[in-house]
Formats: sequence, C-alpha cells, structure tokens
Amino acid sequence: MPAKEKLKRKQSISAVRPSKTNIRRRDDDNGIEVGEGADEWTQTRTLLKPPDQLDLTDAELKEEITRILTANNPHAPQNIVRYSFKERAYKQTTVVEQVAVHFSLCGNLIFRDSDEGRRQSIRKSMADGKGIQEFWIKVVKETNNIITKKVKKNPEMCLLGLFRRRISAAAPEEEEEQIRPRPVQERKLTNQFNFSERASQTFNNTVRVGVPLGWWEIYDAYMEELEKLEKSKEKEKQKAPVTKKEDLIRGRKLTSLESEGDDITKMAKAAKIMERMVNQNIFDDIAQDFKYYEDTSDEYRDNMGTLLPLWKFQYEKAKRLAVTALCWNPKYKDLFIVGHGSYDFMKQSRGMLLLYTLKNPSFPEYIFNSESGIMCLDIHVDRPYLIVAGFYDGNVAIYNLKKPVDSQPGYKSSAKSGKHSDPVWQVKWQKNDMDNNLNFFSVSSDGRIVSWTLVKNELVHTDIIKLLVEGTTLEGPEGLQLNTIGCGTSFDFHKKIDYLFLVGTEEGKIYKCSKSYSTQFLDIFHAHHMAVDAVSWNPFHGKVFISCSSDWTVKIWDHTIKTPMFIYDLNSAVGDVAWAPYSSTVFAAVTTDGRAHVFDLSINKYEPICNQPVVAKKRNKITHIQFNAIYPIIIIGDERGHVTCLKLSPNLRKMPKEKKGQEVQKGPEVEIAKLDKLLNLVREPVKIKAES
Amino acid sequence: MADTGDGKKEEADYKRLHSFPLIRHTDMPEEMRVEAMELCVTACEKYATNNESAAKMIKETMDKKYGSSWHVVIGEGFGFEITHEVKNLLYMFFGGSLAVCVWRCS
Repeated sequence: MPAKEKLKRKQSISAVRPSKTNIRRRDDDNGIEVGEGADEWTQTRTLLKPPDQLDLTDAELKEEITRILTANNPHAPQNIVRYSFKERAYKQTTVVEQVAVHFSLCGNLIFRDSDEGRRQSIRKSMADGKGIQEFWIKVVKETNNIITKKVKKNPEMCLLGLFRRRISAAAPEEEEEQIRPRPVQERKLTNQFNFSERASQTFNNTVRVGVPLGWWEIYDAYMEELEKLEKSKEKEKQKAPVTKKEDLIRGRKLTSLESEGDDITKMAKAAKIMERMVNQNIFDDIAQDFKYYEDTSDEYRDNMGTLLPLWKFQYEKAKRLAVTALCWNPKYKDLFIVGHGSYDFMKQSRGMLLLYTLKNPSFPEYIFNSESGIMCLDIHVDRPYLIVAGFYDGNVAIYNLKKPVDSQPGYKSSAKSGKHSDPVWQVKWQKNDMDNNLNFFSVSSDGRIVSWTLVKNELVHTDIIKLLVEGTTLEGPEGLQLNTIGCGTSFDFHKKIDYLFLVGTEEGKIYKCSKSYSTQFLDIFHAHHMAVDAVSWNPFHGKVFISCSSDWTVKIWDHTIKTPMFIYDLNSAVGDVAWAPYSSTVFAAVTTDGRAHVFDLSINKYEPICNQPVVAKKRNKITHIQFNAIYPIIIIGDERGHVTCLKLSPNLRKMPKEKKGQEVQKGPEVEIAKLDKLLNLVREPVKIKAES
Repeated sequence: MADTGDGKKEEADYKRLHSFPLIRHTDMPEEMRVEAMELCVTACEKYATNNESAAKMIKETMDKKYGSSWHVVIGEGFGFEITHEVKNLLYMFFGGSLAVCVWRCS
C-alpha cells in the first residue's frame, strides 16, 4: 500500500474516535441520570495525534477507501501458456502458482541421534574435551623442563625466566581442570516456543498438602483431642445447659475446620486497600477539589454561593430504589449510611441498607438487604456500629456492623412484639435508660410513638403517646367510639431538654409532646396544609425549630409562639430540611423539582443564598439532605437511588468578618445571639399586635 | 506382673478411648465430609486386618459417589505430600493407630 494511502487510513481511524465519546455520553443519558454539570468532573477523552499526520478536509476524511484482501498473488502472471503434448498445441494453463516466497533460510541443525550427529559430537568431544587439555599440559611440561634446563645452564636468561614463570602460573590451572573434569551439564532443553518456568506453573484448584506421619503422631492427636473433650466437659458442668451444646458444636467445628487453607477472607484486607488505592487514583481530582478547591468567583457574586458536585454514589442493585434515609456516622466522618426503599405506595418492593465511605465512591462498604423497604435510619452516637432502621411494613430493626450475619439485622421487631401497623417514618436513638439499656423511639402513620428498649437480646416496646385528633371522635356501629388518629411522619427530640419532642403529622399539624404525658400534648401548631416531611430543632438555639412540608413551604418556629417566625415558599414540595452544624442561621432544603436551596438568615432573610438544581432529570426527585459535621459538604439522595456529594462554596459558610483589634467570638453563645437578634426583628411586631 | 497388667489395662484404655474417628485435616464440605468419614470407618472395621482391601473399598465407593480419580492411603506410618483438588481432601485417624488419607486429583 502506498504511504499516502496509509496515512489517509490512519486519519480516517482517528477521525472516527470522537464519535465514541458521543456514544458514551448517550449511554450515560440512558443508564445513569447525571445532573447537568454533575458529570463535568469525569475526564474527557483527549485525542492524541501523531505529529506527521496529514491535515485533510472533511470531504477527504469522509471518502471511503475500500481494500479487499485476497489470497491471489498480484505479481503472478495470468497468462501462462504451456505446450500440451496431448492436444499438440500451446494452451493457457488454468492453474497459476499463487505462492510467493519472500524469505527462505536453510537450517543447519542436525538430529542428535542420527549418524551424522553422533559423528559430530564425538569429534567435538575429542576437540575441546580431554584431548586438547592433555596436549597442552604436555606442551607446558616439556617447555618447563627445557626452560629449567636452560636456566640451570645459563641463569642470565631472564627473559626466558619470565616466560617460564608465566607458563608455570598457567599450568596449575590446567592441571586442576584435568583432575576435576568439568561435569557435563545435562541441561534439559526448553521448548523454545511454548515454555513456562516450572515455578510459575500452578494447578487449577489443587492444593499441596504434606504431612509426615507415624503412629506416635496419631497417638498425640488422639491425646490432644481427648484433653479437649475433657476440658469442654468441664466447661459444660460450669456453664448453663443451653450454651453448652453450642459450645460443643462450635468446638467440633473448630477442630475440623481450623486448618482450612483456602479461605479467601484472608485476602479481604489487602484487596480492600488495593481497591481504595485504585479509587484514590481514579478520583484524585475530586479529592483535590474536596480538600482544596474554593470557588473564587464567590467574591464577585455578592453573598450568593454555589454547590460544587463531588462524588456520586450509586450501587447497581439499588438502582431503582429511592433514597429514603441518609445519615452520617458520628464517629467516622467519611462514612454515611443510605437507606433504600420506595415512597410510592403502589410500588413497594425490597429495601437496602448501604454504607459508603468517601474514600471509596465506587462500591458500598457494607450491604444489607431487607424484604421490606427501609424508610428511616439512625446511628447510635456512642456506639457508631449500631444502626436502627424503620421499615415500610412497620417493623423496626437494629443492625450491628460488628457482626454482620448474612445481611440480617441483629434484632428485629415482629408482629408479636408490637410492631407498627403502618410504615415507620422516623427512628431516633435515645440516651441509655436508667438500667443502661439501649433504647430508641419510632414514629409511624398508625399514630403511635413507641419507645423500644433492648433488654437481653430482645426488643421491648412501650407506647409513649398516641396521636389522637381532638374533637373528631366518630360514632362507629353499636355505639363504638372511634378516634381519628393523627399519622405521625417525623419527629425530633430537643437537644437539651430530655423529655421534650416534636411530632409532625400527615395532617400538617406539629405536636409538642413530652415523654412523661401519654395523653396530652404540650402544644399543637397548625403548621402546614399538607404532610409535614421533617421537623428539626436548631442545633444551637433551644427554642427554635424548623419544619418543611409538601405544601411547598419551609417554616421556622419559636416553640413558645404559635405562629411561625419565617415562612419560605420554595415553589415545589419540600422533601427534607436540615440545619447546618456550623451556624445557627444556615439551613438547607431540597425540593422535589431537583433543586437544593441554602439559606443564611443572617445574610438574607427573604431569599436563599443558593438555589441550584443538583439532579438533572425533571422526573428525578430529591428526597433527603444531610450536612457533614466537620467538612463543608452535603449529601443529597434522590429517587433513583443515587447519592450526590456536594461542596458548599465559601459564601455558604461565611462567618462574621474579623474586625481589626477585635477578636471574633465563637461558640454556641454567639450563634444563639445571632439567631436571637434575627428573631427579635420578627417577634416584636407580633407582641405589639397581641398587646393592642 | 503388676506392671504388665497395668500396661495391658492402659493399652485397653487407649484402644477404647481412641477408637473414635478423628478428622485431622479436611476441606470437604460438611455433607461430603460426614459421608466420607463414615465410609472410612465402615471400611476399616470391615477389613480390620487388610488395609489394602479397605483402601480399595473406600476408593471404589468414593469413585462411584463423587466421580472418578479418588486416591486412598491407609497405614500406620507414612508421610505424604500430595496435590489435590480443593474441597476434596480428608485426612483422618481411626482406631488409635490407623491414618486414612482420601483425596481426589485427576
């Protein structure tokens, strides 16, 4: 092929390549819904061009050059004519030789066992073997003799003396070689074409076991076993009869399995480190962004901020399951749990509990499957390995990360032990009770708020309060009094006052309750027109809480005042709201239209300082949001089962500026004062109104 | 006399105590292990005096049950270094003085 054509080809191949990226992008659109700009961080494929590539126009590039490979020799003559004796005439032959020889080399190898080979090997051994050695040694000795004689005769023959010394120095070597004939190395000939070192050859699925054995070893083994048996018998006597069986079984299993050698779990740690290293390399630029990138354009944005998408977490098997709960681990700040289930009443299926770490965005750290969808989660603050989960079928369960057994929860409620009859919307760990038992609360649409206590491997339930709607008793058949029940959808416990908690309901009311009164509410707020999706106390200010609802609003309340302090309309149902851990005036809300709204009341009381779409597809709803406790990042879960991690730009976490000669005060008091100042602006007119 | 009596008693004790099968090393799955162990016990009891027949019986039965290429060694003193297919090795003691090694390698 001429060189020019070759070049053309090259170009046509490289010209095809960009379309590959197009295809890939289309794939992304089909499979993984990526937010606008959320995919920006993935590396685009760059095209490498050879320096000598021709610059061709589009028309030239599109021109197709067809080449067909055939077995015909192009140089073979097509018209060979031979004389045919049979027909006595020249005739064109049909068979044309198509074989072209480009290179040929005659070998000079001789088969070893052939006569010629044998003869040659004998000749060779004669030539370079003993024959030549003996010959040389003879020569040396003779010359030696001659020289010594000559030197004796004429000692001034120094030149010859030198010569002699040299020869005698050489002689012993030769003699040594004669004494110890070189061992003829019978090196095995290796297969030049298909040879692999023996050490690298392994059997498939085979293991080598080697044990020397004598009757004494059998005896020792038996004695050992007997001792073990005796010991376990003693233990049996000491222990309760229930546990001893388990012990025995376990003991037996141990003896028979203790030497099992092909356990792959030994590799797990190394594999995990490897996986993390690979991930670190793949997502290096994101990690750099996470740590160091600060959006400099914030300075010109006039207090508005942005959210920078970082990692995106997804798991193949949780693809069609909505994120129903998000929770950071209180101890390991890079670890968070994701609950998967479904908010669609008609499409309930399985659930999934996944634990991700920021160090490995490509695969969850722990995976738990459940038959029913998970609706809520919470991690114990002091024991960060205990996760409580509420399910769609009304059950609650505790997962123990230390003992993950077949992805089953460690403890689970059942129909016998007072499970809820409706989905559990929120669970929260509480401080250990007086007997130091673990306990948590759960709220469900069946109107019960239940306290669960873990007593000796059993979940014991106590109904704390029933959400009865006042003055709406229905007359049932036969004079039965039926109470309408308020459906609890969310609750939050006061950070300082232990007994105080808030419950949001499906009717839009928020109840202020106490753990000690089971029939009465401390207060009722007619907060929203639709279901309250979340309530949350301010982490700094003990009086303030926030609520959000599907009626498009977020409201901020003082729990001593019945009317809201601030109302924000976000133009779409609000899925979740969360206070920032670093400031009393910052909170973030997510709406079902795929937007995240971040507010800082101290900067702007009326508008969000950031309002940004974070998931691209309009059908995809954001369900939950959580702030990280120390890093300036949030995680957002959506209905497709993805969790996106976003970084808050500097404007969103701005602290009061330092003035010269004045120390900036920090701490909870300052945060409380900051919020109080804002609230006073709103409170006063209300008070005045009340007075007038 | 007393000594020898004691010795005999000890020996009897030993035989009685050590008559149970003792699995020394195995990587077989539970079900297979139990079956193979029982088979070894049966064979060793049936051919108490002839290890060769016992080994033959074990080998043939294992071949029938789990497919071909089983190997069996029975003896009171032997050393071995074998290559075997994973999940197909059983090395056990029986009757206080017998060692049985069953493995598959095709």
